[in-house]
Parts: sequence; C-alpha cells; structure tokens
Amino acid sequence: MAAVIHTENLAVAFGEGDKRDVIFQNLNLSIEQGEFVTLIGVSGCGKSTLLRVILDLQEPTEGSVKTDAPKDKSKRSIAMVFQAANLMPWRTIAENIVLGLEGLEVAEDVREERVKSTLKLVGLEEMGERWPYQLSGGQRQRIGIARGLAVEPDILLMDEPFGALDAITRTGLQDELLRIWEETKKSILFVTHDLEEACYLADRVVLLGGKPANIVNEYKIEIPRSERRDGVEFLKVTEEVKAGLSEAIATTMAERDKEKQGSL
Amino acid sequence: MKPATRYMLSTAGLVGFLLIWEAIAQSGLIETHLLPPPSTLPGTLISEIELGFWQSMVWASLRHYTIGFVLGSLFGVVLGVSVALFPRVEASQAWLARVFRPIPPLAWIPFAIIWFGISETAAAFIISIGIFWINYFTAMAAVQAVDKDLIEVARAFGHRSFFALLRKVIMPGAAPGILSGLRAGLGQGWMTVVAAELFGIAGIGQRMIEASGLLASEVVVLYMFSIALLYGVSDYVFVAIQKRILAWQR
Repeated sequence: MAAVIHTENLAVAFGEGDKRDVIFQNLNLSIEQGEFVTLIGVSGCGKSTLLRVILDLQEPTEGSVKTDAPKDKSKRSIAMVFQAANLMPWRTIAENIVLGLEGLEVAEDVREERVKSTLKLVGLEEMGERWPYQLSGGQRQRIGIARGLAVEPDILLMDEPFGALDAITRTGLQDELLRIWEETKKSILFVTHDLEEACYLADRVVLLGGKPANIVNEYKIEIPRSERRDGVEFLKVTEEVKAGLSEAIATTMAERDKEKQGSL
Repeated sequence: MKPATRYMLSTAGLVGFLLIWEAIAQSGLIETHLLPPPSTLPGTLISEIELGFWQSMVWASLRHYTIGFVLGSLFGVVLGVSVALFPRVEASQAWLARVFRPIPPLAWIPFAIIWFGISETAAAFIISIGIFWINYFTAMAAVQAVDKDLIEVARAFGHRSFFALLRKVIMPGAAPGILSGLRAGLGQGWMTVVAAELFGIAGIGQRMIEASGLLASEVVVLYMFSIALLYGVSDYVFVAIQKRILAWQR
C-alpha cells in the first residue's frame, strides 16, 4: 500500500540563539492509505505542532512533508478537525460545513449534496439551518468532523477532537468515528492524550518522546475493534502501551533536565 | 419580573413624572416661564408646526446629524479596523490618539467656523468628531478580540489571503463590537447636535437659544422632547437592524 503522508527528516524549532528550542528532529512518519494512526506522547513534544506542519499552517525548520495532490479541484488532500469544534458562530451549520469548499471548484448542487451527505454521515441531517449555539458540545464536534469530510480529503487530521467532551459523549463519538472511517476509507492521524482512546481507535499507535522529540515506539494493534472495549487481549496491549508511555515520560523528563542544565 | 409588569411600571414612571411636574407647575409656586407645565406642549407643537419652524428645524438638524454620523462612523470604523490589523499603523497612532482623544468635540467649534464658516458642514464636522472617537476605539477593540482560533480554522481550510480572512473571519467576528460602537455613536451624535447649532446654524439648537432669549421656555422644552423622540426612533430602528444582522447570537 502507498503512503498518503510521509514526513522526511522533519524538524521544528522555536526561538533563536540561546533560546532556541528544538521541539522535534529527524521525524520520519508515514501513514498508509486507509490507515488509522493515533499519536500519543509526553505533553510538549509537538504533537499538535506536527499536525500544523503537515497542514502547512507552520513552516518546518528542516525536512519536508510529502502528500499526494488532491484528485481533482473539488477536493483538498488534507482536512483538520480541531479540539474545540471552532465553528464560525455567524454561519449556520450548513454554511460552516461548506467553509472548506469555498475557493474550490465545486458547483452549487455538488456543494448542497456534500452538506447533505456529510450531515447524514454524522447523524445530524436536520441541523443544517441551525446556528452553532443551538447545538450541544458533542453535536458541534460532529459538525467539525462533517466540515473536514466535506472537502473529501485523503487524510483527516484530528487534534484531540474529543478531549473537551464528557465521557459518555466521547465514547459515543469514538464509535461513530470508527463507523465513518470504515464507510469513507479515509486515512486518519489522530492526536490524543487519552491512552485508552488511542488504543481503541488505532490500527497503529505512535508514541512520541524524548528531547528533541522523536518516535520512540510504535504499536500495531490487530485485535478486531469489536473485542477492544473489554477483551483481555486488548487489556494486555493497553498495558504494554502504558508501560511504553511511562518509560518515555521518564526519559523525556531526564533529557529535558539535561538540556536545561546544558544551556545554563 | 414579568414583561407585562415591567412595561406597566415603566409607563407608570413616565406618566407619574409628567403628573408631578404638571402639579408643581400649576400650583403657582414657580413661575410658568421658569417651569412650563407639560400640558402646554401639544399647543406649542401645533403652533411651531403652523409657523413652519418645527419641521424645518428638525429637518435641518437631522441633516447635520446624519452627515456627521455617516462621516464619523465611516472614518472611525475604517481607521479603527486598520489600526487593529497593522502593528505599524497601531504604533504610529498611539501618541496621536492620546493627544487628540481628550479634546471635546465642542472645543473644535472655533476651527469649524474658521475652516467651514457658519455652515452646515461646520455643524456636521463637530458632530462627527465625537462619533469618530467612539467608533475608532470600539472597532479597534472589536477586531483585536476576534477569536484567533477561528482565523486558524479558516487558514486550515484554504483561506490564506489577507482579504479572504478579513471577509470570512475578521469582519463577521468584529461585527457585534462594531455595531455596538455605531449604536453608541448614534446617541453621542444627538448630544452634540444642539451645541453645534448654537453659533447660528439653523436647526433645533438655534431655535432653542432663540426661544430662551424670548423666555418662551415651553418652546425650549418642546425641542428637548423632540430630540428625545428623534433619538428614540433612530435607536429603535438601529436595534431592529442590529438584531437582524446578529441573528446568530444567542
């Protein structure tokens, strides 16, 4: 299978001179067509920054990101779902969903069709004419997903999209996301700080750590998703990932201390 | 409180005030030219209309007011938005604004006369100054308060150019603040109208000064209430428009 994203020796640093802070370095991450990858790691190791670089919202200091060009001018190759749904409050739900279509070559009827189909996909068919404030937090986040899917991207980047939601809503949306993923066959790169969530959703969990950060481990999860919520096998896998994360936290903290002392 | 109760109490307050005023004025404790009873107002209005004063003075003031409002608002909003958008513009205006902001609109009367003569332009100019500053600062604050995350979202979905961001995020995001600045200017404008007409430009202010010279205090009161009415109507219309534009707000 072909990779839809490939980052090549990617590095991001902020600041200059003595204050230069290298977030990550020599980062090589590939995501296969249709693959669901979750990204976890010590906080501050640049998970969100990586998504911003992939989306070209942030220039990398070194290296590059390779993605396929969109298949035609009515699509974008990458779309993002944000932590807070961040809908434009002055746009109706339907108008929010077409945000990414404005500027693309999409006929009016295709536009309406995309709104209809993505709303259906997230289970909110009747909400098109409402204002964002009239929706619950979970519903707004689903519209955030619909807005991403409306541009028919190959890759959906998701930055802790369920982080701000209550546990019940979160569990519901996780299952819904899996259903959508199976229906649409998108490749997904999903950042989360919730280890259970990372293991439940993913084909592959990528663990970032160290200072500067890099990929310290990857876990392929081959257990069928129907056996994941409470299966014994799955528990073993999450324990393994948890152990990996703890170790990464310890080494990252040590390396950060060393860097601090070195710069003093 | 129920809306109906509130409405009744508001009406009662106004009617009660008029009744007490009428009673004091009729009691003979105070001479009527010092405090004309409100019951004389309808008659005064009819005679002012018959003499042709009321409509021509109100029309003249409305003209000064409208021109001053449009100019002051336009310049205030455009400059306020630019200051918020461009750090260089912001830096260059910082001290300028500090110097000119505290000068009250009426202090410009001498220059208004020197520059424009005793003309409608002079009155409109004075009115526009107060309105300008209100809009300048509220528009600046409104743009600065636009949610940066929404700009990031727009950029993420391909809207990278300055004008696309201005049109899709910054202006709609700043609209509530800008509109409330316009509304505050609407009131500020009426406050300066009278003063701007005191030095001989035809309008409500001039008629009031004329009447007070003749001790026709009921005419003065009539025009005071006319201003209140004009403000009330313009504010009501503005709020109705504002509600339509901001239908997306809770």
